[in-house]
Amino acid sequence: MKYLGWDELLPGAILFSFKEELDKDACEILPEERPYAETNSHEAYVGDWRVLKPVYNRDLCIDCQFCWIYCPDVSIISRDKKMIGVDYDHCKGCGICVEVCPTNPKSLLMFEERIPNEEALAQWPEKE
Amino acid sequence: MAEKMELNEVEVWDGNMAASQALRQAQIDVVAAYPITPSTPIVQNYGYFLANGYIDGEFVMVESEHAAMSGCVGAAAAGGRVATATSSQGYALMVEVLYQASGMRLPIVLCVVNRALAAPLNVNGDHSDMYLGRDSGWIQLDAFNAQEAYDLTLMAFRIGEDVDVRLPVMVHQDGFITSHTAENVRPLSDDEAYAFIGEYPMVNPMLDLAKPVTYGVQTEEDWHFEHKARQHHDLMTKVFGKVEEVFDAFEKKTGRKYKMVEEYFMDDADVAIVALGTTVDTAVFVAEKLRKEKGMKVGVVAPRLIRPWPHEQIVEALKGVKAIGALDRSSPNGAMGMLYNELAGSLYQSDNQPVLTNYIYGLGGRDFTVEHAEEIYQELLANAEAGKPTTPLQQFVGLRGPKLSFY
Repeated sequence: MKYLGWDELLPGAILFSFKEELDKDACEILPEERPYAETNSHEAYVGDWRVLKPVYNRDLCIDCQFCWIYCPDVSIISRDKKMIGVDYDHCKGCGICVEVCPTNPKSLLMFEERIPNEEALAQWPEKE
Repeated sequence: MAEKMELNEVEVWDGNMAASQALRQAQIDVVAAYPITPSTPIVQNYGYFLANGYIDGEFVMVESEHAAMSGCVGAAAAGGRVATATSSQGYALMVEVLYQASGMRLPIVLCVVNRALAAPLNVNGDHSDMYLGRDSGWIQLDAFNAQEAYDLTLMAFRIGEDVDVRLPVMVHQDGFITSHTAENVRPLSDDEAYAFIGEYPMVNPMLDLAKPVTYGVQTEEDWHFEHKARQHHDLMTKVFGKVEEVFDAFEKKTGRKYKMVEEYFMDDADVAIVALGTTVDTAVFVAEKLRKEKGMKVGVVAPRLIRPWPHEQIVEALKGVKAIGALDRSSPNGAMGMLYNELAGSLYQSDNQPVLTNYIYGLGGRDFTVEHAEEIYQELLANAEAGKPTTPLQQFVGLRGPKLSFY
């Protein structure tokens, strides 16, 4: 983002979410189609705040959407009630999605950031 | 639709009622308030007006002053006209949020009934709370009596809400001496008052869902400085002209004249007391008396606007003066008083270099008497005669025990 001088800033340090005015409620527009402004946090990478990451296992998931509802940072990606995965650009690794996952074994588990997802999936535990 | 109140040409109101009536006439969208002595009657009267059908807006009773100002910030960011009132410890609790309000450029009006700060606990009037907020980025206007509390509260909305200004405004009055003393007040009618203030001009409201906006962003070393500079720039360049314009419009409407720096008997004055609040009225009374009885050339200068500091206007008002007494009604706790320091800063580079001394007085509501003012004028005249201080630079007035003074 270009650094602006003091005289170029909007008073009040306010930031607009979108580049243009919306003709309908933002909730009715898919995130990938919203005209996010450069200053919106959607455009920012904050994945490095994370120590542990949730890894998603499609084979076990029942698409109950609990993780999507409970995620405090809108970092679970789901379309048409089908789970797709985790938005690693914004997920802070809080682990709530794992906590609320109802399957046995869980379809989301926390792993250390350095472990590749394929390796994590290969270590998945058995049903208890 | 709120009912209109029939008012007499002259009402007998105390400063609190004067502020409450101005708030009612401004047709505020949201008042979020937590009561504290001596400002309690402002929101108490407001609640009474609301219960009796004179107010359409929301009145939110919150759990603390921090919450009161936070509620005001939220409502103002949402896009409403907003105001509240407080004093002393409540003001201190609001301080964190005062900076939020000004930083987000939300033109909230805050009626401050000045009161001492604990410890020791004290409910009476001094200027400790007023001084506490002077770096908070708000515009601060000071009323010396009930009529001015009414007038300045009305004008505060028009000044702060101007789209070029967009800054919150405090209107100060002295605890009890102004807030609880009934005086003659000439109000405007409800229609005239509202027409004078005008409709609230919304700027980037959060409730505009077609244009969502974030208030209260985080900025670190890469952006923070520019935002603070922008705010300071606007305080320094956009407020003085707007205040003058609103004061002029108000004079045309009511005949009551206000200046950013008020001057009394200053045309030929050799010495001046510079003071704030009700002390101004006492000093003016004494200046008139000394002129009549003893032919002493004494005057009074009183900043109506405390922030932004009217640097040029104060230098102009004190042109030709040989000695000045800066009267501070707040414990400076280890420094010279605020007025002394501001005056020293303004006068240091000016052509006029009067003798400047500092008086600390009236803490916790201690009376400032006619005799005190007379003694100060005698000392200032001696300083003017000698061309240098004949007293210590900082003296305490009206204090029991051995004489306390410094430098």
